[in-house]
Amino acid sequence: MIGAVIARDLRRGFTGTAWLPIAFFLLVATLVPFAIGPDARLLSQIGPGVLWIAALTAALLPIERLVEPDRADGVLDQLMLHGLAEESVAFAKIAAHWLTFAPLLLVAAIPASALLAMNGASLAEVELALAVGTPGLAALAVAVAAVTAGLPRAGSLAGLLLLPLAVPLLIFGAANAILLEAAVSLLLSAGAPFVAGAAIRASRT
Amino acid sequence: MKGLLKFSNVTLKRGGNVLVEDLDFELGPGERLQVTGPNGSGKSSLIRLAAGLLRAERGQVERSSLALADDHVALDRELLLRHALGFWGGAVEQAMVALRIDHLAEAPVRLLSSGQLKRAMLARVAASRAPLWLLDEPLNALDPDGRKRLGALVERHLEAGGAVVAASHQQLGGDWPKLKLGQGDTA
Repeated sequence: MIGAVIARDLRRGFTGTAWLPIAFFLLVATLVPFAIGPDARLLSQIGPGVLWIAALTAALLPIERLVEPDRADGVLDQLMLHGLAEESVAFAKIAAHWLTFAPLLLVAAIPASALLAMNGASLAEVELALAVGTPGLAALAVAVAAVTAGLPRAGSLAGLLLLPLAVPLLIFGAANAILLEAAVSLLLSAGAPFVAGAAIRASRT
Repeated sequence: MKGLLKFSNVTLKRGGNVLVEDLDFELGPGERLQVTGPNGSGKSSLIRLAAGLLRAERGQVERSSLALADDHVALDRELLLRHALGFWGGAVEQAMVALRIDHLAEAPVRLLSSGQLKRAMLARVAASRAPLWLLDEPLNALDPDGRKRLGALVERHLEAGGAVVAASHQQLGGDWPKLKLGQGDTA
């Protein structure tokens, strides 16, 4: 059943709005040279940090459709009645969200790095850090989506919740401290299913 | 546990109101129960409590595996009906025939009318192999033919050793023992 839930979320992601955060990510990367000016040395210096900021803000976009539609439509209730624990549902949603978000982001980082005049070595570092950090980011996004599901103005609230919690990912990712980034990502990935599961249970009325 | 659903001294509170106090009953194979009461008396809450989606304030609810049809569709709107029902598994084709929505199998869920959606939700329950059926307002949006088919499905399920709890203020076909809930917030 977990596999079926992951497959369902993947289908819904790729036929729906999976491209939106990626377009947003590229758009932010495009805006930066306009805002900073075409100084290649400066751009390449701030490039990795800009990509991280763009990735974090892009991760906010899909939050409202990660959990809330399934809660409102009774899918979460039916999954529980089919014997799937809320934590397993949350795990499936994290896995599916990471699969729709991270690979596309890693590909999009290549043209984005060119816009920021980054060299190959610097791009490789960012790609590795993003690959390590995005599972934590996806887990955080699903947990925040579950906590805010059903609330009015959940989208803006989710931003206020997610961004501060993503600061450790940002710090270690942008500093290219891969082991620390992996530790934070692992912690978030391990904890998020339980947070999201409890939130789903608590949201039942 | 011998029965399929057992309430022991169950008290249910919602928003400070006591909806059910010290409720005791057991439902065995072949048995049915209709929960009645005015709007706001807690029929749906009782169904959700029986399903395990709500927790009782006090007391214990034991249940076998079950299937639930409430007012949430829980079918992917962009899929064909056959595939949307197929996600939940079970004997989908037979259930679609039993509720006469088999001719809609290749139609996307988002195009179905509310009556057809109701039939689809009931088909999801009928397709499941769960012995206990929980139906919240099963007659809403159903036409006379739909009601007749639902009645036949319920009879067949009971004969096969299942149990059915239905919440409705309307008259269900057949002879249903009734559980009346309080006066609700309109009294």
